[in-house]
Amino acid sequence: MFSMYVEMIRIRFLMMLAYRVNYYSGIAVYSINIGAYYFLWNAIYGDKVTMGGLTALQMVTYVSISWMARAFYFNNIDQEMAQEVKEGKVAIELIRPYHYLATKIMQAMGEGIFRFLFFSLPGMIIITFIFPIQYPSGFSIWGWYGISLLFSFFINTQINLITGLLTFFFYNNEGIMRAKRVLVDLFSGLILPISLYPEWAQAILNYLPFQAISYLPGMIFTGGIQGEQIFLSLGQQFLWILLLWIPIGMLWWQAKKNLVIQGG
Amino acid sequence: MHYLSLFWYYMKQYFKSRMEYRTDLLNGIFSDLIFQTTNLVFILVVFQHTAFLEGWNKNEILFIYGFFLVPYAVFGTFFNLWNFQEKYIIKGEMDRVLTRPAHNLFQVMLETMDPPSLLGAITGMVIMGYSAFDMGMEIAWYDPFIFLGLVVSAALVYGGVYTGIAAIGFFSDSKTGITPMIWNIQNYGRYPVNIYNKVIKFILTWILPFAFVGVYPASYFLKKEEFAFYLYLTPVIGIVFFFLGITIWNIGVKNYRGAGS
Repeated sequence: MFSMYVEMIRIRFLMMLAYRVNYYSGIAVYSINIGAYYFLWNAIYGDKVTMGGLTALQMVTYVSISWMARAFYFNNIDQEMAQEVKEGKVAIELIRPYHYLATKIMQAMGEGIFRFLFFSLPGMIIITFIFPIQYPSGFSIWGWYGISLLFSFFINTQINLITGLLTFFFYNNEGIMRAKRVLVDLFSGLILPISLYPEWAQAILNYLPFQAISYLPGMIFTGGIQGEQIFLSLGQQFLWILLLWIPIGMLWWQAKKNLVIQGG
Repeated sequence: MHYLSLFWYYMKQYFKSRMEYRTDLLNGIFSDLIFQTTNLVFILVVFQHTAFLEGWNKNEILFIYGFFLVPYAVFGTFFNLWNFQEKYIIKGEMDRVLTRPAHNLFQVMLETMDPPSLLGAITGMVIMGYSAFDMGMEIAWYDPFIFLGLVVSAALVYGGVYTGIAAIGFFSDSKTGITPMIWNIQNYGRYPVNIYNKVIKFILTWILPFAFVGVYPASYFLKKEEFAFYLYLTPVIGIVFFFLGITIWNIGVKNYRGAGS
């Protein structure tokens, strides 16, 4: 049973490996993006020492690590689900002896492992040569960051499952999926650390799962979150992983009842 | 005249087919709007923490961003060459285009045009209008005409660069992944070039002239004397790069042998 799912991870990894050349230009694109924010933030800081609890050097580190983390956790499983629903392939998927959603998660993991090894890791190494980046000094910080990054991958994948499942109800939810992509970038703290937002916006964003994707791991890495706060952040992330299963479960339960297959 | 009527027919055809898939249309508009708002949020939040960005205030930065959106919208409406290589070279659509009497680039433009992109110009003008009003900008009677000229010049810069890039597809039938890189460099043009270092400033001015789609033309309205030279250069750069792009395209078409099957 379990070996079947491991095999799915492996197959997706190999599939990605076949197209690895596409991701080399991705490293360049992400570097260009980080470069834009590098200059922008330096100009914004001017001669200010800290903003939102981060120094200019920490901010550059935050931006770099957040973009390269995005290179890892990002995936398009919602688009794939939408495609399968539109083409009617989902009917075949449903009669196969595995759990559809579990399969999607496994594929996301296969993609994630590939992206980590061939995109995030080399990207981070290249970025280190171009921009000044302050790596965490303590070994334990690396460990906590690793856990936090893994959690952020799961939260992002769960959000993708939700938007993917919405296809069962809307048939065409291309707009929702695209909007989600931009909103996750904004609300997760990838583009702007949450601590820079005005108080009222922070109050709202703190109750949304998005900040657990980028802001919390980024702050752990840069040292913006320290000591006991780290455990609180990890706890918050873990809580979101548990909570997000509730809407996924409900949507899935409804989706199976609602499903209409046209041809196939 | 002939080309104009062709344009009109394609336009009608476009809206007929789009009205059948209204949700697709709305989805596209909706996600464009969210993307434009994201950048706006960035600027607004950042200026809560600082009064100046390398000597530019909030209204000036907003104005540049607003201006940046307008030529991009015009360009996006007519030049939708993002998937040119995949659609026309790899799938062989180019062969069909070449058998038609209209100029091949014009034909491709008509087939891929995307009028909803033009709505981005409204977003841009609202942002410009707001910031102009807030800083009490004085507008002369001839300014709208200069604005129009600058927008066209900036759109030509885009058109030239991306036509040239799309033409790479004629020489290579594997994906190059260069377009997303250029697209991300283009976003550097949203902010004043003096925040970047000398190398990037040089690239943005002379090689991939994306400073001419935002800060340089916008400096006319912001009365930034230090960019006066580049401001006057904007139409020249627009025309030169557009011709360069077309030339590369034409060489590409001449070289094109079809991808087979």
